[in-house]
Amino acid sequence: MFIPHTPSEKEEMLKTIGMKSLDELFQDVPEKYRFPKLNLPPALTEMEAMEQMREYAEANESTRELICFLGAGAYNHYIPAGVDFILRRGEFYTAYTPYQPEVSQGTLQAIFEFQTLIANLTGMDVSNASHYDGATAAAEAAVMAYHNFRGKRNTMVLSPAVHPQYREVVRTYICGYENVCTAGDSEDSDPLAGPEALYPLIDENTAMVLVQYPDFFGRIFDYTALAKKTHEAGALLCVAVNPTALAALKPPSSFDADIVVGEGQPLGIPLSFGGPYLGIFATKKEYVRKIAGRLVGESSDSQGRRAYVLTLTAREQHIRREKATSNICTNQGLMALAATVYLSLLGKNGLKQVANLCYQKAHYAAGQIAALPGFEVVGASPFFHEFVVRCPIAVKELNQRLLDRNILGGYDLSRDYPALNRHMLLAVTEMNTKEEIDLLVETLKEVSHA
Amino acid sequence: MPEATIYELTSAGRQGVRFPDADVPVSPLPAEFAREELPLPELSEIDVIRHFTRLSQKNYCIDYGFYPLGSCTMKYNPKVNEEAARLPGFAAIHPLQPEETVQGALALMYTLQEWLAEISGFKGVTLQPAAGAQGEYTGVMIIRAYHESRQDDKRKKIIVPDSAHGTNPATSAMSGFEVVGVATDASGNVDLDALKATLDDTVAGIMLTNPNTLGLFEQNVLEVVRLVHQAGGLVYGDGANLNALLGVVRPGDLGFDIMHFNLHKTFSTPHGGGGPGCGPVGVAAHLVDFLPDPVVVMVEAGDDDTAPLYGFRRPDKSIGRMKSFAGHFGMMVRAFCYISMYGGDHLRDIADYAVLNANYLMHKVKQVYKVAYPRVCMHEFVVEGRWDDAPEVHALDISKRLMDYDYHPPTNYFPLIVHEALMIEPTETESKQELDQFAEALIKIAQEAHTQPELLKSAPHNTPVGRVDEVKAAKDLVLCCWMPDSK
Repeated sequence: MFIPHTPSEKEEMLKTIGMKSLDELFQDVPEKYRFPKLNLPPALTEMEAMEQMREYAEANESTRELICFLGAGAYNHYIPAGVDFILRRGEFYTAYTPYQPEVSQGTLQAIFEFQTLIANLTGMDVSNASHYDGATAAAEAAVMAYHNFRGKRNTMVLSPAVHPQYREVVRTYICGYENVCTAGDSEDSDPLAGPEALYPLIDENTAMVLVQYPDFFGRIFDYTALAKKTHEAGALLCVAVNPTALAALKPPSSFDADIVVGEGQPLGIPLSFGGPYLGIFATKKEYVRKIAGRLVGESSDSQGRRAYVLTLTAREQHIRREKATSNICTNQGLMALAATVYLSLLGKNGLKQVANLCYQKAHYAAGQIAALPGFEVVGASPFFHEFVVRCPIAVKELNQRLLDRNILGGYDLSRDYPALNRHMLLAVTEMNTKEEIDLLVETLKEVSHA
Repeated sequence: MPEATIYELTSAGRQGVRFPDADVPVSPLPAEFAREELPLPELSEIDVIRHFTRLSQKNYCIDYGFYPLGSCTMKYNPKVNEEAARLPGFAAIHPLQPEETVQGALALMYTLQEWLAEISGFKGVTLQPAAGAQGEYTGVMIIRAYHESRQDDKRKKIIVPDSAHGTNPATSAMSGFEVVGVATDASGNVDLDALKATLDDTVAGIMLTNPNTLGLFEQNVLEVVRLVHQAGGLVYGDGANLNALLGVVRPGDLGFDIMHFNLHKTFSTPHGGGGPGCGPVGVAAHLVDFLPDPVVVMVEAGDDDTAPLYGFRRPDKSIGRMKSFAGHFGMMVRAFCYISMYGGDHLRDIADYAVLNANYLMHKVKQVYKVAYPRVCMHEFVVEGRWDDAPEVHALDISKRLMDYDYHPPTNYFPLIVHEALMIEPTETESKQELDQFAEALIKIAQEAHTQPELLKSAPHNTPVGRVDEVKAAKDLVLCCWMPDSK
């Protein structure tokens, strides 16, 4: 197993330190509470453990068996074999944070390349080494905006069309700051309103405006006018992105976003029941010293050779302690590596191809569903690979019927938006064949007739 | 040899992975939204695999050798965990699937919550926090919510001993608390008089690492807990060092109210070159309702014929959501597999041998390196990396020289309260032979420090690169590699 000591080695070591038993090592622990009996099952061998894990795994119905049209922040994409091949190299996954650059150049250069890829994909000047996920990246953006204005602007304007979980995490993160509040996504706001609905809320108290691109409902808006309004009020515009969509859509830099955050899971990271994923965070040069999280910079070594190192560490908790603006240490290193390998393998043309397949298949599906009696594809806005469908029956019931046909239906929007009763959010990716889409449409049709 | 970057390796027209043509009718994206330039590299599959394989060879890792990085618990990462986490029934399930289709995942999470509660002596556990730092944040938000729920709004202070990890004060400040430091006494414990002086009705709680960052078990722990409780504060345990306590003592039994776990330290999930981690939080009964959203509950108990039904639930007074979905599930799978291989009968072996290894190694080097607090240590110990008769040599030089001997250095310059600290944590997975060889290397370096100090000052000599210029990196600030012309 994982502890190599033989009984005689143990005895020899105890003798060296002048002890008779292992129990003696714990003399500082209050005797009353020492060595509790733990009510856990008995130890398993590797063979038994793996069998047990298989049993738990097989009690789930996975997207390998089900046809998946579920997205809402986590997407079923193809992951090339090369990605996991690199991730399983012990040199990457059994290393620690690259604090010692001389023996960590592999991790450091990979992160540096990740920062470059994300900066190029988003069109921004700089990217950090990652955050936990898209939601916490959005929350860290809000915290950065708060500090940028030294606490003098106290409102975070959140579009109701931003992922509900992102908005919840932003709320959790800012509640430690005095008098900071959110606006824009109250219960009486129209979830499907466009960005114009936010204009009246943006004023001299606004620190940051948060929108999503494509938004939670899959819609694409040009945020140029919103950016102008935001900047006229002196506030920062943060755009949460889907990185796959950015291969097809103009980057957020084109409408002058100040911060770009996003969920990097679509870039070669398995669904894995919600994590670990990858938080993307990119911004303009002028805010580089205010970014939370790690940054890798290029430098040179004692012989003048190119070398990489963690930089601007003076911002961080282990130096600044209570004066740091974030407590974050390292976070998603291996996931950033997955995205780096994925983007390298697909490259410019591969990612464009994936984005185009998502777009085309989603539009085919939407067109077919729109033609079904009782169903309506909601909204006139262009969309990327997700769209909202108004259904003739409750989504929960509909999904049950789809599941009977091995189809994992869309997200039930009434869970977050009471106004969107009977509204389903469907996602289509390159993984869905025309045949699968036709089966979905066929099944929906039967259900509406029944 | 420096490795070219992916942008330098690019060759227009190459593509590592292709995708099928569209099998549906196609229509173009509206021109006003379409992107023109996409500055990504163009590489073939072999370019990519060789590039990242060569990069990997520039890393030191546990699979290669001894990694005694104090406070990081760099134990062996079992390979079976990696197999388990990649089973399609775990890796290919969507976080928003109907609960009845993911009962295996929910059962695993529920059981892991129960196991962590049993191991630590707490009543409830959330698995959601993404890492130790986020676990701390969760814990401190719970402290805040608890006092608020009692309309006890005077409590604005969090006490943080000076030996604490930097995350403790950073977390407290982020959560809107004032941080009050407490000194360490001559034996390495919290100074009780200093503590008493800070205690009044404005104390929200204390953040206590036990064993502390000196690797010592807090001998006054029961008294510290009693005093803080008496003042109306809560006791938060930084569980970073839990490896020393598995099956030895349960923090909940000692009176701790909250503690975070680091699955990537104590429970063998890999560090990944800096994440992903997983930072569950355990709480005592009076705090269960404040846990983040969601926790996994048993909705219906099972019987002989039917399995129980599990589901997600938002606790009644929840502090809210800390991140998307339910946490780093892939890490939970690995930790679950690991715990099941030790079981109730052998979990204590981990602490036993981690502590034996640390004491053995400390004994081997203590004649040459001054041990900061000479007591029986727990899973790690701190020595001074300096000698009066070799004034030009610093802890950093010793660390860099260790690389030439093919070791990863210990943590240096932490904890801050020890001069030129070298913090050494061997973990339970290292053999006696490995420790003997490492001790020999350390002793040899101490000799070199006195006879050939320049050898240390200019180290490392045998690594892919020499010492890296950190000042230049911060001054010139190059954070992206060469960009294509299109940028």
